[in-house]
Amino acid sequence: MNWSLVPQQFVTGILNGGTIGLIALGIVLIYKSSEVFNFAHGHLVMFGAFLTWWFTGGGAEPGAGLVDLPLWGALIAALIASLGLGLVIERFALRPMTGQPLLAIMLMTLGLAQLFEGVTAILFGVQLKSDFPAPFSPSDVLIIPFPGAFGDAIRLKYTLVATFVVATLAAVVFIWFFNSTKTGLAMRATAEDHEVARSVGIRVRRVFGLSWGIAGVIATLGGVLLATVSGVSLNLSTVALIAFPAILLGGLESLGGALLGGFAIGLVQALVQASRLIEVRNSSEIAPYLLLLVVLLIRPEGLFGQKRIERI
Amino acid sequence: MAMLRPAGDFDRSYEQDMALLRQPWHYWLLGIGLLAAFTLPLWGDAYLVATANQIAYTVIAVQGLNILTGYTGQISLSQAAFMLVGGYASALLVIHAGLSFFIALPLAALAAGAIGLIFGLASLRVKGFYLAFATLAAQFIIPWLSRHTFKEYLGGTNGAIEVPLPQLGGVNFGEVSNYFYISLFVLLITTILMFNISRTRLGRAFVSVRDNDLAAELLGVNLFTYKLRAFFIAAMLAGVAGAIKAHSQRGVGTEFGYSLNESIIFLGMLVIGGLGTNLGPFLGVAFIILMEDFSDLLGGVLAAAFPELADQLLTSFRPIFFGVALMLFLIYEPRGLAHRWQLVRAGWRLRPFAR
Repeated sequence: MNWSLVPQQFVTGILNGGTIGLIALGIVLIYKSSEVFNFAHGHLVMFGAFLTWWFTGGGAEPGAGLVDLPLWGALIAALIASLGLGLVIERFALRPMTGQPLLAIMLMTLGLAQLFEGVTAILFGVQLKSDFPAPFSPSDVLIIPFPGAFGDAIRLKYTLVATFVVATLAAVVFIWFFNSTKTGLAMRATAEDHEVARSVGIRVRRVFGLSWGIAGVIATLGGVLLATVSGVSLNLSTVALIAFPAILLGGLESLGGALLGGFAIGLVQALVQASRLIEVRNSSEIAPYLLLLVVLLIRPEGLFGQKRIERI
Repeated sequence: MAMLRPAGDFDRSYEQDMALLRQPWHYWLLGIGLLAAFTLPLWGDAYLVATANQIAYTVIAVQGLNILTGYTGQISLSQAAFMLVGGYASALLVIHAGLSFFIALPLAALAAGAIGLIFGLASLRVKGFYLAFATLAAQFIIPWLSRHTFKEYLGGTNGAIEVPLPQLGGVNFGEVSNYFYISLFVLLITTILMFNISRTRLGRAFVSVRDNDLAAELLGVNLFTYKLRAFFIAAMLAGVAGAIKAHSQRGVGTEFGYSLNESIIFLGMLVIGGLGTNLGPFLGVAFIILMEDFSDLLGGVLAAAFPELADQLLTSFRPIFFGVALMLFLIYEPRGLAHRWQLVRAGWRLRPFAR
């Protein structure tokens, strides 16, 4: 362990973890309301980023694109589009699968993921779009003096800080939404028991649709945040693969757990980078999965999840 | 549905009851089918033989997945990683231990099976999609290990080593048409194995674990050993398929695929063919591989017409067609092509009466 790198990596890890947590939140949200584990969430993230990029002009010369909105306008347009997309997915892909076994529903979302991969490639092309209009340039760095760290200061990219703030705020807003608004409470009631929810007058189908719509919005938001850091490309979908360990760590049913799990995964990935051994540094891509295996073997329900009791 | 038989067709002995081939024409059909398959290199062109070869080894991998996911009901997202283990094991045994391919093949199967057992241990603790995550971890960890450990043997970060061609006596299996006989012969063995596993004690125990594991345990099925056996068989067949693939592509490593995507496609093949049926892997694999070839053809034609869009046209039709086919099958025919085939057969037998 290279201790002088630890403070820097610690902060970077927490900042990255915010986005991972936000993406994990979208998956947990759908799981909580309809018990569908959405393997296509990463592809929604990617698609949302591409949509926003397209609304800002899509790489065309300024003024020559089909639509040419400023970033905030493009973001709002993309959020509305992804809300509709979530509703469409629920209606035409998941509703016919109600009552099907776990494997079938899982494969349905995997099929959706493949479809999105192909559709995104054919609509937007396969190359990295590095012209995403980020509010900060990647070279803008915030320097915080910190004796003991490498170079006696912690360097933070503004993009990462902004990403973290937006991700955490969004997560907190969604958690508030589920704990305090009428719609949010209806969604939680649906998660508890579909039939009981229906008997107190909650429209369960509408809740399913709404949760997919909101998940689409969260995904697009996450995609835009990732895109400001690394540009828009097909690789954005792989971030969901990092979010899975975060979800299991936090517990499948816990929104706050998803956020904390995101921080933990971000931290693990960053702290591994502080090692002196190249083998350990290389392992940052699989470190979340090693953590996942440990969680599965020691506490499968995660830190804040519900323990399953099986009845025959 | 499965056993609709004409009036007067009775079994008079245990042997008849257990027979896979009941009627004389079953033997004729099997004979003609095998003849057509084994003479394929004589009358088919190189492309046809290469495709048939790819179908043959993919069917072996999907048969393994069928034991684990179709019969035992344990979701696995790591079949491609186990193929990678088998491919490396066989290649290393041939290159460094100087063994013949035909001895290395079963050893590679055992090696992959052993790795499968390690990750199968997770199935004792968790199930459902928790298990899917454990196998997902395997699918990431195994290819990572192949890229970052034992670099002088496994090829390092570029992730590939060259694999020599199998030889037997004076016959060189370097030609695709010769190599196809190896795949076909192994496929024949694994198919007989599948038929016999599925209708004996082992297969019935697997099915009972799938249908209700607690009830199976109460009936005396030892979950510990049977789940591990399912993992062992699945990984073993993946290892066989991986070894055959490695030698026919003359290389093994993460550069040649073995990714999460491939594991997902294996699951898709299994569902499209029919989970828990012995015919399913054949139908599903043939369907998907022919569809992939068609996608490449379509992409190629369109890319020639619109050269500026060539990149995206060449890569996007495979995932689109696979995704759409998988989703349509899940909604309209979740029991797969094998079930559709059963319906067609029943309809034929019951003609002209109601189906």
